Amino acid sequence: MVTLNTSPVEHYSKILSFGAARPDVVVTNEDVCQWIDSSDEWIRTRTGISTRHRAGEDTSALDLAVGASREAIERAGIGAEEIDGVIVATVSHPYATPSMAAQVADAVGATPAPAYDISAACAGYCYGVAQADALVRSGAARNVLVVGVEKLSDFIDNSERSISFLLGDGAGAVVVGRSETPGIAPTVWGSDGSRWDTVGMTHSLLELRNRDWANDPVQEGEKVWPTLRQDGPTVFRWAGWQMAKVAQEAIDAAGITAEDLGAFIPHQANMRIIDQLVKTLKLPDSVMVGRDIAEAGNTSAASVPLAAHRLLEENPELSGRPALQIGFGAGLVYAAQVVVLP
Amino acid sequence: MADQNEILAGLAEIVNEETGVETADVQLEKSFTEDLDIDSISMMTIVVNAEEKFGVTIPDEEVKNLKTVGDAVSFIENAS
Repeated sequence: MVTLNTSPVEHYSKILSFGAARPDVVVTNEDVCQWIDSSDEWIRTRTGISTRHRAGEDTSALDLAVGASREAIERAGIGAEEIDGVIVATVSHPYATPSMAAQVADAVGATPAPAYDISAACAGYCYGVAQADALVRSGAARNVLVVGVEKLSDFIDNSERSISFLLGDGAGAVVVGRSETPGIAPTVWGSDGSRWDTVGMTHSLLELRNRDWANDPVQEGEKVWPTLRQDGPTVFRWAGWQMAKVAQEAIDAAGITAEDLGAFIPHQANMRIIDQLVKTLKLPDSVMVGRDIAEAGNTSAASVPLAAHRLLEENPELSGRPALQIGFGAGLVYAAQVVVLP
Repeated sequence: MADQNEILAGLAEIVNEETGVETADVQLEKSFTEDLDIDSISMMTIVVNAEEKFGVTIPDEEVKNLKTVGDAVSFIENAS
């Protein structure tokens, strides 16, 4: 019997760098109130959001992904040709196939790196970091580019009240590479498909294709294109308490306590969820909390790396400190891990 | 097992802590949304805290049936 070669398992991994792309169009609460009956004060007190950034028609999700990736690669201090894995987390790539990741790899000069998309909604970036960590530690890859990117404005109905007014566009990226010391602690992750309907699309593309348009014409104000919607209170309860347990498990898995954390960077779904998580986790005041949502809105897969990028820009002393990041959303799916900030 | 008055008093404390509504205003016939101006997110916080305080389970699908303070008190009384 032959013995196969296998990758040597001798490396730790860490996040080498962050990159971000924030689109130009700033949508204020006053803008939102043209589409739904609300007020700036109501939206700010109920969600913590003052503005959200959205991309214009001439900027694609791919453009945002490439922008964030270029910054992350440059800051990692490596050449694009040294990237040997590209993972893109998104729910707003407008093609079932091929992947956006192959386009990103090509655009940044990382061809022929293996490249693939993952569909884990607002947990997608943390899923990607879990995979990149495993790839680097196993020796399957040396430098993995992980991108969380969304152009959610392509998949919203501005007159809808459950989720659309929360959402923004953007991209965040990291390069995960080798480390001499542990830089990414074990990921605590999972799914609950029994609650598949809690957050998602209004209908499928097959329903769109199969509709009897002659006898069932488009109604006034009807959005034919599938758009996002959610059961907000159910998501809030799941996120504010169940996800606090997951976050605590990730802290425990890292072998540290909340007092050891430099930062807490949760998915930016709603400021009230962030506040509830901080409260449920009993995080000490010394832990800085990512609150990018106030200006960026909820950018799904992009929200954690965008919030981390901002925290590091505004607080460079966080470099080298452990941060707890957690993503959770449509699936339902979730992932949390403690990482050392670059 | 807590009686109705004890549940009402405990619930009033939870509502007060979450929303600032005076405990005296939390009365059986009051509607959470119409009278007490409690939104769906705050309602969930109240529900989770009530579960903890009274040792009951209040499923997501049940929450929308709890329109008045009395509805919630009755549910907790029957569930405990």
